[in-house]
Amino acid sequence: MSIRVHVDVVSAEELIFSGETDFAVFPGEAGELGIYPRHTPLLTRIKPGTVRLKVPDSDEYELVYVSGGMLEVQPNLITMLADTAIRAHDLDEAKALEAKRRAEEALKDRSSDVGYASAEAELAQAVAQLQALKKLRARH
Amino acid sequence: MPSGKEIRNKIKSVENTRKITKAMEMVAASKMRKAQERMRFARPYGEKIRRVAGNLSHALTDYRHPFLVKRDEVKSVGLIAVTSDKGLCGGLNSNVLRLVFGKMKAWQAEGKKFQATAIGNKGFGFLQRAGASVVSHVVGLGDTPHLERLIGPVKVQLDAYMKGEIDVLYISYTRFINTMKQEPVIDQLLPLSGEMMGSEGNRWDYIYEPDAKTVIDDLLVRYVEAMIYQALAENMASEQSARMVAMKSASDNAKNVIGELKLVYNKARQAAITKELSEIVSGAAAV
Repeated sequence: MSIRVHVDVVSAEELIFSGETDFAVFPGEAGELGIYPRHTPLLTRIKPGTVRLKVPDSDEYELVYVSGGMLEVQPNLITMLADTAIRAHDLDEAKALEAKRRAEEALKDRSSDVGYASAEAELAQAVAQLQALKKLRARH
Repeated sequence: MPSGKEIRNKIKSVENTRKITKAMEMVAASKMRKAQERMRFARPYGEKIRRVAGNLSHALTDYRHPFLVKRDEVKSVGLIAVTSDKGLCGGLNSNVLRLVFGKMKAWQAEGKKFQATAIGNKGFGFLQRAGASVVSHVVGLGDTPHLERLIGPVKVQLDAYMKGEIDVLYISYTRFINTMKQEPVIDQLLPLSGEMMGSEGNRWDYIYEPDAKTVIDDLLVRYVEAMIYQALAENMASEQSARMVAMKSASDNAKNVIGELKLVYNKARQAAITKELSEIVSGAAAV
């Protein structure tokens, strides 16, 4: 039996992969990273790409696509923190600006989705009436 | 006594309401299961990233990220308010917003400046009405929240923190305890506290690629985002359970009301028949 290392690939929205491997390849930012068990501690960014995890005692690879993220390597544990979105500094910046712009727009324009809101208010009123009736009855 | 037709109309309208609340109850019940699952799925990421960050603070680094440094004086405060997009979920949003309003009053009294990010329609409306400065917002997240939509609005607050425009960042949401019980909370996001600050130095350090600063910066931003996502997932699970419970009690109430109205209606009908009969009988007797 070969020496193995435990690998977890998780994203904020789900657990993507958890299992053992004896050799893993990650698309590191500075180039492909091939990692064997008992690797020295390493913390790096990962580019969007495919993670290849060798299935122990066979020649097959488990393939996991990730859209970037962070990789933490410990001698007996590899943790891949996968992003769920494509991330880049400029892209994040653009998103933040977009969010600010929308906040300012919302300040000016407050007439949104009136139809839904009024329908909801009507139903809420009906529900409140029923509640009130129940309380009234409880008192009698 | 109201006429038969009036009561019939009232019964019909209550029946319609009951149909809607019953349908909403069932929809909420099925969504609740999924929302709880999503909440569980989100947990491992938070745990893993917390462990990595913990290791990081134990490891030897001479770089101290601003997220980890507590500021001596708190002059202005940021808040991320997580609420639901839609109403009809009992006291869920009003409970958490009452808590937020109390805090806002307290900060105002202390002369602290305040800026907010709203996640969810209800909180957005509330903060605007309350006159808070809303620097960013996300609404209409639907039933499957995606982290991608949060990145921009959250970055507005994180940038403000980095620039020193705010000195502390809080998040308010409804914590999911179980189907019957949800609890509004306000947690501190930044500066990161507690377990992450531990600094008894194990004498080892990571190899950083490309360098320590960029890696740590990225990691901590993701950590904060993961915490916000987790809060959002909990809030959604809370929302669906609160809605299910609220709609169930509304349907039950409607059922009782219908029962009683039917009783009144039958009494009125019988009274009318009795009256008619007695009129006929007395008429016949007179002849």
